[in-house]
Amino acid sequence: MAGVIVFAEQHGGEIHPVSFELLSKGREVADRLGVELYSVLLGYNVKNIASELIYYGADRVYVFDNPLLEVFDPVRYKHIIASLAIRKKPELILFGATPLGRSLAPRVAVALNTGLTADCIDIRVDEEGDIVQVRPAFTGNIIAYIKTRTRPVIATVRYRVMKPPRRDLERRGEIIVEEAEVLEDTGIKVLKKVRDKEVRLADSEIIVACGRGLRRPEDIRMIEELARLLGGEVGASRPLVDEGWISRDHQIGFSGNVVKPRLYIACGISGSPQHLAGMRDSEVIVAINIDPSAPIFRVSDYGVIGDLYEVIPKLIEKLRSMGRG
Amino acid sequence: MGLHVIVPVKYVPDIEKVRFDVKSGRIDRSSAPGEINPFDLNALEAAVRIKEKLGGTVTAISMGPPQAESALRDALARGVDRAILLTDKRFAGADTLATSYTLACAIRKLGSFDLIICGEKTVDGDTGQVGPEIAEHLGIPHIAYVSEIREVSNDRILVVSDLGDGYYLVEMKLPGLIAVTKDINVPRLPTLRDKLRARKAIIEVWSADELVDVADVSRFGYVGSPTIVHRVFFPSERGRKAIIFRGVDAVDKLVEVLIEEGLLG
Ligand SMILES: Cc1cc2nc3c(=O)[nH]c(=O)nc-3n(C[C@H](O)[C@H](O)[C@H](O)COP(=O)(O)OP(=O)(O)OC[C@H]3O[C@@H](n4cnc5c(N)ncnc54)[C@H](O)[C@@H]3O)c2cc1C
Repeated sequence: MAGVIVFAEQHGGEIHPVSFELLSKGREVADRLGVELYSVLLGYNVKNIASELIYYGADRVYVFDNPLLEVFDPVRYKHIIASLAIRKKPELILFGATPLGRSLAPRVAVALNTGLTADCIDIRVDEEGDIVQVRPAFTGNIIAYIKTRTRPVIATVRYRVMKPPRRDLERRGEIIVEEAEVLEDTGIKVLKKVRDKEVRLADSEIIVACGRGLRRPEDIRMIEELARLLGGEVGASRPLVDEGWISRDHQIGFSGNVVKPRLYIACGISGSPQHLAGMRDSEVIVAINIDPSAPIFRVSDYGVIGDLYEVIPKLIEKLRSMGRG
Repeated sequence: MGLHVIVPVKYVPDIEKVRFDVKSGRIDRSSAPGEINPFDLNALEAAVRIKEKLGGTVTAISMGPPQAESALRDALARGVDRAILLTDKRFAGADTLATSYTLACAIRKLGSFDLIICGEKTVDGDTGQVGPEIAEHLGIPHIAYVSEIREVSNDRILVVSDLGDGYYLVEMKLPGLIAVTKDINVPRLPTLRDKLRARKAIIEVWSADELVDVADVSRFGYVGSPTIVHRVFFPSERGRKAIIFRGVDAVDKLVEVLIEEGLLG
């Protein structure tokens, strides 16, 4: 029995949208391979959300509902997914390249003794019928096509790189509630949530980001005001995070968030490869920088050459005069 | 007493300087000097701090070419007690499955340990997979994206970890593995004296032969790697408009185009 399996990531009964993107990609791949598309959902009191996975393309959803599965435990989750994969023998298993997916997929891959490709931006089937995993490498400077010679092929896929999926309420499928053996003691105990993320930049449509062009931590307020007027969020380059001016939740780049907003405004950011790795796919990029030779201008749609301490207050004033905020 | 902490480290090319050979699909390692993976510095610092608090030893282990010795010297200068270099042609061309398998076998060979600390990912591979894969090979629990260590004792560790929808307090029994982020600490710089000491220290070199009693040699290196790079190319940069405004009316012009783009809706 072959198939494509999409891991449905949920937190507190809410399915992470990357799972829907994976289903629509998984649907495409399953159709090309002529196999079924399954989704696997783990959690507690999650039976009622399983139908969503069908609306987004799954033929069958395997639900594992148990109080022990309420919060993520990589060992417990791995055990269930690997056992399911051993029974179903899928061609491909997809996970979101989220903190959870990136922690879980490697364990599943080792348990199944198969290859894993991280952080893909596309999954295709080539003329030979092989599954091809597309991923950026080398800080996003190159793109690699990767094939896996073992089965299943396993990949984590970035959020928001695929086209938005379609929700079809007419779609029918089967929901199978599985009684599985759930490991009691894995050595891991999630005690409590300490804090939420300050922002979810991956979801933001407008981001105003600041870099070392800022002179003082309190000047971030000016960036916040601009972001507020535009209806967006504040992002930052890594030096500001390292200095402790702003929390890491705001960092954009290779070691921070990868974002794809409709509008990205880079203020006093030079445009290092590590920064570009996190924002180069934004719809419209605007750069404000005093240095005309700053590399950020090379990836920008619009640039303002000037001192951000003059440009941004002016921009704020202009937006206010237009009745915004 | 004290803990035996193991830190796997990687020798990586200086990513700012290194060139990529698109024809061969490989990093041209001769084009830039190598260094210790920057993310591993946080793992080393975390390990050394645990040793300072509870006693014990820290072992660094690296799989790589003979030059990777320099990464281990750096680790020694930063407070590691023992350094092991896994180097052999049979290890070459490994993907994350083969790499994690090889490192796990070497760790098994070392005997007992309490905690493995990995960096978040490497600057060249950029996968973050090797840590959790090592844990699965060894059958121990792991916690990834650890941004804070709250408590460590001889049999458990309490950390803050990013589980995706927020930061959680998570307890893990030892032996176990954690993968730490940049937030965990600010790595100290080694002093000149540390560096001199490290220069004289002994680095144990293991080949595949040293692992035969704990490993299946066919799972090492390229042969043991299920993923293959099929093709690489430079991405076509999407055409950017590159319209530049400067001078007194720059802001007005910018606002105009943002309206045109429908971004001030
Ligand atoms: C392993 C690794 C991972 C990394 N990960 C990341 C990451 O995730 N994200 C990230 O951002 N970086 C990352 N970096 C760091 C990266 O290499 C750069 O150092 C960093 O992006 C530079 O930040 P910046 O552009 O704010 O600062 P700079 O490069 O110093 O640029 C500041 C810019 O501000 C401009 N400026 C100065 N004054 C003004 C003014 N008054 N008005 C207008 N413009 C002004 C300057 O012309 C300059 O272009 C990483 C580095 C490494 C080694």
